[in-house]
Amino acid sequence: MTNHWIDIKHADVVLIMGSNAAEHHPVAMKWILRAKDRGAELIHVDPKFSRTSARCDYHVPIRSGTDIAFLGGMINYILTTESWFREYVLEYTNASFVLDDSYEFNDGLFSGYDAATRTYDRSTWKFKLNADGAPLEDRTLQNPRCVINMMRNHYSRYTLQNVSDVTGVSKEDIMKVYKAFVSTGRRDRAGTILYAIGWTQHTVGVQNIRSSAIVQLLLGNIGVAGGGINALRGEPNVQGSTDHALLYHTMPGYLAMPLSPWQDLETYQKNNRPVTHVKNSTNWWSNKPKYFVSQLKGYFGDKATPENGFCYDLLPKLEPGEDYSYAYVIDKALQGRMRGGFIFAVNPPGSFPNVNKDRAALDKLDWLVDGELHNSESSDNWHRPGVNPADMKTEVFLLPSAHRIEKEGTVSNSGRWLQWTAKAVEPPYECRSFGDMYVPLFNRIRELYRKEGGRCPEQVLMQDWPEKFEPIDWMKRINGVFWKDVTINGRTYRKGDCVPAFGHLKDDGSTSSLCWIYSGSITEEDGNKSKRRDPSQTPEQAKIGIYPGWSWCWPVNRRILYNRASVDPDGKPWDPNRMVIEWKDGKWIGDIPDGGGKPVNLGGPRPFIMQTDGMGALFGPGRLDGPLPEHYEPAETPITQHPFSSQLTSPCFKFLKSEYDLFASPADPMYPIVLTTYSVTEHWCGGGETRNVPELLEAEPQLYIEMSPELAKEKGISNGDGVLVESARGTCEAIAMVTVRLRPFTIMGRTVHEVGMPFFAGWMTPGTGDSSNRLTVGAYDPNTTIQESKACLVNLRKIDKLTEIAR
Amino acid sequence: MAFTRRQFLKSAGAGALCLTLAQFGFDAGEARAYAASLKIEGAKEVITVCPFCAVCCQVICHVKDGRLVSTEGDPDHPVNEGGLCAKGAALFSMYSGEHRLKKPLYRAPFSDRWVEKDWDWTLDQIARRVKDARDKDLIEKNGRGQTVNRLESVFSMGTSHATNEECEVIRQHMMGLGVVHIDHQARV
Repeated sequence: MTNHWIDIKHADVVLIMGSNAAEHHPVAMKWILRAKDRGAELIHVDPKFSRTSARCDYHVPIRSGTDIAFLGGMINYILTTESWFREYVLEYTNASFVLDDSYEFNDGLFSGYDAATRTYDRSTWKFKLNADGAPLEDRTLQNPRCVINMMRNHYSRYTLQNVSDVTGVSKEDIMKVYKAFVSTGRRDRAGTILYAIGWTQHTVGVQNIRSSAIVQLLLGNIGVAGGGINALRGEPNVQGSTDHALLYHTMPGYLAMPLSPWQDLETYQKNNRPVTHVKNSTNWWSNKPKYFVSQLKGYFGDKATPENGFCYDLLPKLEPGEDYSYAYVIDKALQGRMRGGFIFAVNPPGSFPNVNKDRAALDKLDWLVDGELHNSESSDNWHRPGVNPADMKTEVFLLPSAHRIEKEGTVSNSGRWLQWTAKAVEPPYECRSFGDMYVPLFNRIRELYRKEGGRCPEQVLMQDWPEKFEPIDWMKRINGVFWKDVTINGRTYRKGDCVPAFGHLKDDGSTSSLCWIYSGSITEEDGNKSKRRDPSQTPEQAKIGIYPGWSWCWPVNRRILYNRASVDPDGKPWDPNRMVIEWKDGKWIGDIPDGGGKPVNLGGPRPFIMQTDGMGALFGPGRLDGPLPEHYEPAETPITQHPFSSQLTSPCFKFLKSEYDLFASPADPMYPIVLTTYSVTEHWCGGGETRNVPELLEAEPQLYIEMSPELAKEKGISNGDGVLVESARGTCEAIAMVTVRLRPFTIMGRTVHEVGMPFFAGWMTPGTGDSSNRLTVGAYDPNTTIQESKACLVNLRKIDKLTEIAR
Repeated sequence: MAFTRRQFLKSAGAGALCLTLAQFGFDAGEARAYAASLKIEGAKEVITVCPFCAVCCQVICHVKDGRLVSTEGDPDHPVNEGGLCAKGAALFSMYSGEHRLKKPLYRAPFSDRWVEKDWDWTLDQIARRVKDARDKDLIEKNGRGQTVNRLESVFSMGTSHATNEECEVIRQHMMGLGVVHIDHQARV
């Protein structure tokens, strides 16, 4: 989230798209309704009418996978009606930057496309440069190759007719949403966009979010209270686990993962330290070398010295362009290229896409270590329906894990608040926290290397690793400590003391920090800030719902990101009634300002300090599949052509080629119906945890499929009938729920049905049904390798005998 | 620190209850006696965070004699203001009943059953598997002769259920083995 949960109430218009907040983030819905109480207009754009829709002013049904068409139309509307926030856009975005002559866009493809590799050479997606080497700007916007003019041209195809034809939304409904949301493009109005995995789980997931960023920048809604782009993140600590990089492609704190061509520290630093030629750009990432060396110092402690490049050699290096994400893990396992693995508190054979493949892939492992609360479809894959354990070679170690209230530590909410979770009771039986599993395990492995030697033992043995797991010790490792005595502003810090903030991290080995953005969370001055529970506020803070003394928020307790864009170039709030920060009497008041420095008109930096050139990126050359969002159909689409280009699906989406990776063809007569999947309030995602809780299982006892009365009639299905759903990859039983919550769409002049299924069911809880992810498709966003769980093609028919679901 | 909502409720609650009930002609004494017998009477309050979505509502756990007796939303928390969803409200049941795993379990190749094991045996066995795999498969140099120190035949999936501190433990542990196939729910 750029903003935070409470801040939603300050919006004048709330656009919920790709999220069913009321059912999946019920407590967040309270803040959405507070906005409504204050007079806000609430809009829900989603394939299915849900409890979120019921509480909004209106619901606009949209076909899954057409969000860019819808938002592209909004961008077109903003530009053609000149509704953009002129001063904000000119001063704070790259609208006036002039694009290089080599950049082109033709019939759905950007310049530099290579069909053989399905990738772009992005070297033409760049700006013309001025004499300083900085992007050439034309604030008069006369140059036809200014970003905003190129965008006018790009989005001119996103006409009301074209958008309506593709999305299935009526022209009236489209205009209603556009007019309402675009009304926030003024200094005294704010609009927020709330999304969840309904946006990310598409082959164009990243570009869905880019579209919303463009809308919000054009309307001046980034950085302001009641604005922003707010990911309603799902998993309990998914913000923290992303920050701390339980991911292959980044190091903690969003630093780059080392690649094989970067053979030494100097080369790594050179390739990852952005340089700007814009005079008033903070270019915050130019500090990366300090954060990275401090991270190495954190990993290798005393062993990390300037002489040995702080042990950079011992970090594993990836091959450029190789994908090491879960989808590729499963594919490699299926090919017999994985010996074993660790699956902790996640359930691939239930909640990943195309799970028939996942299940077969796990069969190929020699060993599996599973840390869990309960037996799950992962741990017990070797005796799933249809297989004989006597044929299953995998050795499984199932480790009983402690649950949240049985261990202490910090978790980060979606608004980046770091909150302490105390241990209420001891773990029952022989359950252990993950920390109490991994710390002793690595010590045992280290002991084996000490005794026996082995391959590259330094990588294992030179890690700075404790004997026992102590959460506070790790909190300090994350925050960072000094490695020598230093005096800062008259205060002396001893070796081992916590660094007060990331501004003090150094690239000389005198500081360590495992994750720089969390620096300042535990300090000598204020102790463990995640435990803070001080609700006091200044009147200004009360006005925008900020509680700076409650918990702590990364970075540096800044509650609203990009808040430098909430003020005009003189440092005065665009809207004095919604002041986030203000330049007053020579200093900033309010929230912690982004990056310090004076207002722009007093010579201060441009507001988007994480962008190399300091400007919000309307044109975003950093993504792999295009600098401007463009509509492409889902990998499995019910149509054969669309009006935006002849490029039917994303030219870059990723897919794999195993015998399990099967696709329906466009408008496949075998699979004519669009399927979308979702959670339910009473179960947690794939249900592996909550199916074990009697009252929750009683509330949601079996898998169902929601379908419109029109489709049900066509298929001869009545409410409550057993249904077999089939995709190119698998089948799944469900109970028919015939409901007007889903309506047939008219797409390109013909009727397209969409159905919806939850994915909480699993064979380990007999009678509930089995995973609907046997149907979903292994097609992935090229930037993130997130799967397209929200749109695939199926067919369905009534069946009389159910084997997976108890009647 | 300002007067919190909870402190207010604590001091005002009993008085308001008496007043309201007295107006309807109830015996306030009985109400007080009932309150005194609540299961959370004398329990220690421990504040934790709900283990489901990333709203991260705070929860008060009432603990008596080391045993959990009740859970409820923290009314002082500025985000959840005491509220919880259906899952959060069912939190107590996560910790009661017999559904949890109790001991490390082991399933041997081609076996049709789980066998209980102790932690020492289990961790030693896993350490052995990991070391053997790493010693066989570690790629110290790639095809171009570049140092990569990468182990591709072992993977790590999960988890966003870990605390921040545990995430760093998992990350460093995997990196210290050269594991590069690291992923979790953020992507799925």
